[in-house]
Amino acid sequence: MNAKEIIARRVAVEMQDGDVVNLGIGLPTMVANYLPEGINVVLQSENGFVGLSSVGEVPDNSLVNAGGQHCGINPGGAVFDSAMSFCLIRGGHVDVTVLGGLQVDQYGNLANWMVPGKMVPGMGGAMDLVSGAKKVIVAMEHSAKDGSSKILKECTLPLTGKGKVNLLVTELGVFRVIPEGLLLEEIAPGVEVETVAARTEAAFIISPNLKVMQNLASQI
Amino acid sequence: MMNKHVTIEEVGQSFKDGMTVMVGGFLGVGTPEVLVQAILDREIKDLTLIVTDTGFIDKGVGPLIVKRLVKHVIASHIGTNVETGKQMIQEQLSVELVPQGTLAERIRCGGSGLGGVLTSTGIGTIVEVNKEKIWVDGVEYLIEKALRADLALLKAKKADKAGNLVYDKSARNFNPVMALAADLVIVQVDEIVEIGEIDPDEVMTPGVLVDQIICIGGAR
Repeated sequence: MNAKEIIARRVAVEMQDGDVVNLGIGLPTMVANYLPEGINVVLQSENGFVGLSSVGEVPDNSLVNAGGQHCGINPGGAVFDSAMSFCLIRGGHVDVTVLGGLQVDQYGNLANWMVPGKMVPGMGGAMDLVSGAKKVIVAMEHSAKDGSSKILKECTLPLTGKGKVNLLVTELGVFRVIPEGLLLEEIAPGVEVETVAARTEAAFIISPNLKVMQNLASQI
Repeated sequence: MMNKHVTIEEVGQSFKDGMTVMVGGFLGVGTPEVLVQAILDREIKDLTLIVTDTGFIDKGVGPLIVKRLVKHVIASHIGTNVETGKQMIQEQLSVELVPQGTLAERIRCGGSGLGGVLTSTGIGTIVEVNKEKIWVDGVEYLIEKALRADLALLKAKKADKAGNLVYDKSARNFNPVMALAADLVIVQVDEIVEIGEIDPDEVMTPGVLVDQIICIGGAR
C-alpha cells in the first residue's frame, strides 16, 4: 500500500454516517473510496452543490467538481450559488473538511496555498474551509520530496489558517492537535516511534494509549 | 414591459476601456464565453476583472489575460492560467487574492446596500494585512469591504423576456451574486422564453436585476 492510500484509508475512519464532508483536490479526494461499510456521507463541492458523486456515462459540461473535472450529483443532492455554498462552509454546516498540506506546525497552523516566489495559485476556498468547518483534517505525506519534514515547530510558508487544524494524518501516524501541542495517538504498523521522531521537526507528545493506525492492520 | 433581449452588437456599445467587470463562472463553467469574446473582439483594455478564478489560457476569462486587456484582477484562484502568474511576476498585472467565500460575500454586500462583511476567514494570515479588525462578542473578525462593478457579464440556461433567470447545475456559482452588484448586468442565455413561461417559484435570479439578455440558442 502506498503512502497516499494509507493516509486516505485512515482519514476515512473519521467519518460518521450522515456527515457533510468537503474533500480537497488530490489526496483528500481518495478518502471517498475507503469509507467504512455502512458509513454514508454527503459530499459538498464548494463551487455550489451537495451530493457530489462520480461522473456518469455522459459527462455534463455544466456539472464539475471544485477541481473543474466532470462529476455527478446524487439523487437528493442540491445546487446553489457560491454565497450559499460558503454560508454552509463558514456557518459550521460542514462537519468535516479534509485538506492537503505543505506544512503543519505544533500550534495547529496550516500552510497549503502558496510558496512565495515559486507558486502563487491563490487560496480558493481553503481559508474559508479551515475557518468554518467543524473538524479540520490535514491529510499529507510526512516529508517533502526532498526528504525534509513537513511537520514543523513553526510554519515558514504563508498560513492558510491559524490554529485551525484538529487532526493530522500522515503515512507514519496520526496526530491530534491539543492545547499542549501535537499528540501522537496512532502509529503505522511496523513503524517505530523513533522513526517518527527522526522525521518530524516539531516536538510532539506520545499518547499513553498509542495505538496502531486504524483501518490498516488487515490491509497491509 | 421593456424587452431586454438584444443583439451582441448592441451589447458591445456599452463596453469602455478602464471598466471594472465582474464575470460569472468557475473554471470556465458558467462563464458567458460569447460576451467574453465580444470584449476580445473590441479590444476593450485596462480592465479591472472581478472573478473567482482566471480560468485557463483558452477557457473562461483566461483569453482576456492572455491578450493583456486586464490591468488588475480580484480573484480567489489564478493557478490554472499560467499567463496570470507570469504577468503578475513581471508586474504587468496586479492581483488581489481573496478567499472564495469572502469574495462571494463582498460582492453580495456590494449589491445589497451593505458596506461590507465581518468574517474570521483569513485571521492570522496575510489576508488580514492592511485591513481593520473588530471584536464582536469575543470573536475577532476582519472587516471585508463590499465590491461593485460597472458591468457584470453572466451566463444562465434560460431567461424570459423580463430577465428572470434559471441556471444549469454547477454553472450557477457566482452568477446570482454578481447580478446584484453591477451598474449594468448583461446575461448570455441558451434559451429565451416569453414572459409567464417561467414559474415565479423557479426563478433563481429575479429579472429586475437584469438589464440585457443575449440568446445564443439561435431560435429568436
